[in-house]
Amino acid sequence: MATVKLSNLKKSFGKTDVIHGVDIDISDGEFIVIVGPSGCGKSTLLRMVAGLETVTSGEVQINGAGVNEMEPMDRNIAMVFQNYALYPHMKVFDNMAYGLKIAKTPKAEIAERVQSAAKLLQLEEYLMRKPRELSGGQRQRVAMGRAIVRKPDVFLFDEPLSNLDAKLRVQMRLEIKQLQRSLGVTSLYVTHDQVEAMTLADRMIVMNGGIADQIGAPLEVYANPQTEFVAGFIGSPATNFLPAALVSGAPAGTTVGVRPEHATLTTPDHGLVEGQVSYSEALGSETLVHLRLSSDAAFTVRQNGMEPAPEEGHACGVLWNSSDQMHFGADGRRIATP
Amino acid sequence: MEKRVTFKGWLLPICLLLPQVIVTAVFFFYPAGQAVWQSLFIPDPFGLKSQFVGLGNFEFLLGDPYYRAAFTTTAVFSILVTVASLGMALFLAVLADRLIKGSGVYRTLLIWPYAVAPAVAGVLWLFMFNTRVGVVSWYLGILGYDWNHVLNEAEAMGLVVAASSWGRVSYNFLFFLAGLQAIPKSVIEAAAIDGARFWTRFRTIVFPLLSPTTFFLLVVNIVYAFFETFGVIHTITSGGPQQATTILVYKVFADGFVGQDLGSSAAQSVILLVVVGLLTVIQFKFIERRVHY
Amino acid sequence: MAGREQHGMVQKRGVGHWFTHLGLIIGVLIIFFPIWLAFVASTVTQPEIVHPPMPLWPGDQFFNNYRDALVSGVNAPVAKMLLNSFVMAMGIALGKILISLLSAFAIVYFRFPGRKVFFWLIFLTLMLPVEVRIVPTYEVVAGFGMLNSYSGLIFPLIASATATFLFRQFFMTVPDELAEAARVDGARPMRFFWDILLPMSRTNIAALFVILFIYGWNQYLWPLLITTDPSMNTIVMGIKQMFPSGDDIADWPVIMATSILAMLPPIIVVISMQKLFIRGLVDSEK
Repeated sequence: MATVKLSNLKKSFGKTDVIHGVDIDISDGEFIVIVGPSGCGKSTLLRMVAGLETVTSGEVQINGAGVNEMEPMDRNIAMVFQNYALYPHMKVFDNMAYGLKIAKTPKAEIAERVQSAAKLLQLEEYLMRKPRELSGGQRQRVAMGRAIVRKPDVFLFDEPLSNLDAKLRVQMRLEIKQLQRSLGVTSLYVTHDQVEAMTLADRMIVMNGGIADQIGAPLEVYANPQTEFVAGFIGSPATNFLPAALVSGAPAGTTVGVRPEHATLTTPDHGLVEGQVSYSEALGSETLVHLRLSSDAAFTVRQNGMEPAPEEGHACGVLWNSSDQMHFGADGRRIATP
Repeated sequence: MEKRVTFKGWLLPICLLLPQVIVTAVFFFYPAGQAVWQSLFIPDPFGLKSQFVGLGNFEFLLGDPYYRAAFTTTAVFSILVTVASLGMALFLAVLADRLIKGSGVYRTLLIWPYAVAPAVAGVLWLFMFNTRVGVVSWYLGILGYDWNHVLNEAEAMGLVVAASSWGRVSYNFLFFLAGLQAIPKSVIEAAAIDGARFWTRFRTIVFPLLSPTTFFLLVVNIVYAFFETFGVIHTITSGGPQQATTILVYKVFADGFVGQDLGSSAAQSVILLVVVGLLTVIQFKFIERRVHY
Repeated sequence: MAGREQHGMVQKRGVGHWFTHLGLIIGVLIIFFPIWLAFVASTVTQPEIVHPPMPLWPGDQFFNNYRDALVSGVNAPVAKMLLNSFVMAMGIALGKILISLLSAFAIVYFRFPGRKVFFWLIFLTLMLPVEVRIVPTYEVVAGFGMLNSYSGLIFPLIASATATFLFRQFFMTVPDELAEAARVDGARPMRFFWDILLPMSRTNIAALFVILFIYGWNQYLWPLLITTDPSMNTIVMGIKQMFPSGDDIADWPVIMATSILAMLPPIIVVISMQKLFIRGLVDSEK
């Protein structure tokens, strides 16, 4: 059970700054997802918490104590790696028990803790196998088991699901969430997948170029993105962005953002903007209508799958509520709508 | 290429390196430095003092007809060994590659000689061609050919070449077979459908695709012929007759240990060092090229 | 048509097929003949050899000749020479593997001042065979009083970096995450080395062992220089010492029995560990 606090955490490799100062207070049992595109520094941030990367400046605190100079093992954390990092020459049991053995835990206790973790993860019948004899999902579970048996203060997950196929990913996502709920262990989880972030997080940190653009609960971030980047990254299909000049009433020099699900099609000359349908994707429950606006900008509208989709080349207008319209300044920051 | 993760500290890694550093410094760098140093001196006849002669030893060597003869001998010897062992190995590998089943059996049968030391190979071939008891020389006598490698320079060279190539066939065979088996069968099938017969296919498709392996083996075999054949020469001919089989490495040994001419021997070592250096550079250039290939 | 191409290969059938086998069998026979002849010579009597032509089929003196060789030999019992060769080959193989594992681990998994320099110094030694520096190396070994000793036989031959280089290449392919996982699990560097890296290197170590054992066993020039005492001769160099210097006739059956004994251990190693051996060979040349 632990709290984690990052204070103005920075990291540079030589002269290149990769993390520009991240602050967050994580309360006990909270599930934090760090999400962003590749190269945004999210893994580096996690690895600094783990103690696998040195901290350039700022501080990592676990349970109120600074841990910057501590070795990973002394921080009482456990980590699940992207490629699982199972020791290939050890059986599943030994993989899970390795950390306990090093900590000189009594044999009986090791056996008991590994057994109960295996039971929790439905791995009991695989304990005597080598990792190469397991499927991807099973390996994933072993990696989780290795983290669980150590009863750590903090779980760290580094894109743990990215090597699984789509179906298994959805299933494991659910399992991870349930496991974290039942164990109540504070967790940091890195992913580039915004759906994973939305579904797992109590709060998420959206990273962009080494900066934490926004920290907040998933729905709050979705509903109220603080930067143009966050608005574009969270939510699928992505937010439409238009120059203010195209939208009447928008403050000059800003960028206007409208989510596809907030826009509706209407007859020509009745919309806030006008365009032609370039193509439609019918996904069943919904249909994505891609438009080419008269200004040559692209625009996507999401409509209910039951509604008839307009034909290609069809001219139409697009409407939305002014309350759904977002404005971003030249620096990408959100400007409060007057 | 660098590892992302590393452990902290400098004392432990230094301790880990220490055994290798000590062994290498004492038994490698110091002697190699000594070789260079000694090559600049001539010891006086009593071995008490040395006289600095600069590059005198090298100048003397390059003007010395015996040394130049050893250079020519080494060139002839290594070309013959390389061609003979590569040719035989390629022939056998091409045959083995044509088999779907059983190439593994032949491979097992053919890799034995790799394990036989060059010096032992020398003894085996000496025994076959011994002028008094040799089986092969006796049968050659029956056929009217009077074999005597102790007196005949060409026969002596032929014998050391045969003995040196013999053990090498296994090694080259393994690499050629691996190279041949790595050529995609579809390429050869395509050529066959185009109407190319076996020999044409080999000349125009297989051999060019095999050229990286061949080039690699060429360099490795030249290095082998230069240095590792000492045992063969020493057991069969001791460099004779009339120095006809004295290759460079043998001369370093003969001048340094038998003749006790340390300055000259050291200078010869340095020249060999340059030769190995060149061969290594060639090999690395080639490996680089192969990566891009 | 489909039936003819079912193996997906362009293949000679019928007569051509048998010619292929014939060619290979002739090749195998040529390769084998010298070994066979040595074996035959080691099973017959001296008079049978010195009155040519010698027989081409084994005789009945197998036990006598091998016993003579092993127990008394010519200058020293061959059993002792076998022991010397074994100690030398094992010493070179194990010694080189040990120091190379440690230094490759240091170079790959640590950052410390001078690391690059160490790497290049070690890399330099790849290029120079012992033959090139024999005279000064001999002086060093003589200076340490290591002539006629096992350490004198072993140390100069482990002073090269081929194995270090190979292990470095292998360690570079070990995923970074394994070292990280071990650190998170609380493993200190040597624990990681011992528990994770070493077991993962098993096949590489074994393959290298095969190559180095043969390399050590087959050394000739170096033992020739530094073992003046016949009881310290290795078997490979000892054979040449068995030939009489004058016009006397060599004791061929014993010499040939010794030759067979000299090739037996490396042949056994090569044949029994064929897969590892081929892998080691290919690895060590790349």
